[in-house]
Amino acid sequence: MLNLLLSRLATAIPSIVGVVVVTFMLTRLLPGDPAAYFAGLAASPQAIAEIRAKLGLDKSLPEQFVGYIGDLLHGNLGNSLSTGQPVVVEIATRLPASAELTLFALIVAVAIAIPLGVLAAVKQGTWIDHTCRIVTTAGVSLPVFFTGLLFAYVFYYLLQWAPAPTGRLDVFLSPPTHITGFYLIDSALTGNLETLWGALRQLALPAISMAIFSLAPLARMTRGSMLAVLGSDFIRTARASGLSPRTVIFTYAFRNAVLPVITTLGMVFSFLLGANVLVETVFAWPGIGLYAVNALITSDYAPVQGFVLTMAILYVALNLTIDFVYGLVDPRVRLDS
Amino acid sequence: MSTVPALAVEDLSVEFRTRSGIVKVLEHVGFSVDKGETVALVGESGSGKSVTAFAVMGILDAAGKVTSGRAMFGGADLLALGERDLAEQRGRELSMIFQNPRTALNPIRRVGLQIADVLVRHGGATRNDAPQAAIEMLKKVRIPDPERRAEAYPFELSGGMCQRIMIAIALACRPALLIADEPTTGLDVTTQAVIMDLIGELAGEAGMATIFITHDLALAAEYCDRIVVMHAGHIVEAAPGRDLFTHPRHPYSAKLLAATPGETVSLENMASIPGGLPDLRRSDLPACRYSDRCERRLGQCAQPLPQRTVGERRVVACWNPL
Repeated sequence: MLNLLLSRLATAIPSIVGVVVVTFMLTRLLPGDPAAYFAGLAASPQAIAEIRAKLGLDKSLPEQFVGYIGDLLHGNLGNSLSTGQPVVVEIATRLPASAELTLFALIVAVAIAIPLGVLAAVKQGTWIDHTCRIVTTAGVSLPVFFTGLLFAYVFYYLLQWAPAPTGRLDVFLSPPTHITGFYLIDSALTGNLETLWGALRQLALPAISMAIFSLAPLARMTRGSMLAVLGSDFIRTARASGLSPRTVIFTYAFRNAVLPVITTLGMVFSFLLGANVLVETVFAWPGIGLYAVNALITSDYAPVQGFVLTMAILYVALNLTIDFVYGLVDPRVRLDS
Repeated sequence: MSTVPALAVEDLSVEFRTRSGIVKVLEHVGFSVDKGETVALVGESGSGKSVTAFAVMGILDAAGKVTSGRAMFGGADLLALGERDLAEQRGRELSMIFQNPRTALNPIRRVGLQIADVLVRHGGATRNDAPQAAIEMLKKVRIPDPERRAEAYPFELSGGMCQRIMIAIALACRPALLIADEPTTGLDVTTQAVIMDLIGELAGEAGMATIFITHDLALAAEYCDRIVVMHAGHIVEAAPGRDLFTHPRHPYSAKLLAATPGETVSLENMASIPGGLPDLRRSDLPACRYSDRCERRLGQCAQPLPQRTVGERRVVACWNPL
């Protein structure tokens, strides 16, 4: 198992290197001159050239790249031009906000999609199956930013059930003591129920709009996979042995059917990482997605590079986790390593 | 016929609803198995052998429907039992072994646990002593090093080993009836013999009734007391094994025998049976579903199928038997 993880980790290194090169090149090739942007509209060519030299942008691309790699190895992602803060610090403070949103959305999606998919397969052709079909079709056809805007309009503007879509907490509440960076967990740990409720209210709309989107592929895969497994020979054996329906469905069928669902879960999670950017923009969520969008608009290279690199590392870590979980569920994978 | 048979199937008919119409898979199938007796169900693929077994076990596909008949077992009609009561009986009183032992076992569950599941379900052991009881069962089906093998997954075992595990699962609760559905298909010849001997021996010890489903007439004659020949969802002949093998009465049995390599038939003069199974979706199926392929067909073959008793425990469904 450990060997398997190590070998997967080794194969991940080239992709990280690739990401580093591509993000470096891409940000340099994008239109827009950060030096001109920061010098202001009325700046003279000399002033722009000075700023460019100060930022190191007058050097050749290879020189800039070597400098960039050197900084990376020291854990330095550069400074943001617009805020002047180190990118590492900014990302580290903003990552928990994004992570809380994404994970909460994923948990909501899994909690609904898997039971729905299992029920739809077990009771194939009944109203549950039809509900599952409608929900999944609706889920894939509604883009996240659209559901997000619709929710904010209906539940905040029209019904006034939800708080204003302005970040993680109402302005009148103070954030909980920093333990994990997740407001829900931190406020629960410190017993601050008011903040817990406030954070949950803020989290609900963006998380549900992301959950609806990711629910569809999960429910679909669960249903399909369960149907395939329920029709297999070993389920017939289990039934012929008189095992109770509960044992047949959960111990025998579901554990086998969950394997492709785990793979889908990995894909859904990476969709969600991308969807974060849109949802954070709609709900003014102070996560890394919003940070990256703002940086991109101002041609601020370092945060964009930092963002893409963080995403790549998250993605690799996620795939490693998926491989690990897969190995836990399926003994045949363990043998292959 | 003085004793009460372990299983008596009477007038069993099964239909499958498919996209292209209703398929009459079984029609008026009737046979019985005595306690301690081994009966073979023989016929080509699609003749309804497995469907008969599935119907008796109550594990037909959702598309399949029993339209008539009874299956008397231990004083109760299995076909009339509710799913809950039937599930109580399955695995405890009547068990089944399938072909393809590799796919018939849960691929990601240790084999010892799969045996333990059945024991626990039917009260044969508690969760605590089930692992030990499972190892005992592995010993009984003569798996070497049972303690270690109990921890194995099916993909780590050979086909023959997997079939022994299947037998262990089926016999764990000492059933009164065992249905073995082509248990040796896909195994090599030596393993085949070992598995057949094992089933025969364990069944003999427990006085169990056994239904052995196969398309191999020679294997059936070797291991079974009686043979029931099926064709296109009908039983065409039922006879003691040796009698059928030496002197078949139904034209189809004779053709099937001529197509089986053995003492009397060598590979050179082996014959294939002309034609194929009739399309069972047809609404104008002839009374005798073999008549289209039959060389001995007479005018009266269009009349309803007879059940002629032609000797001791011998029945043939033919107007013009050999």
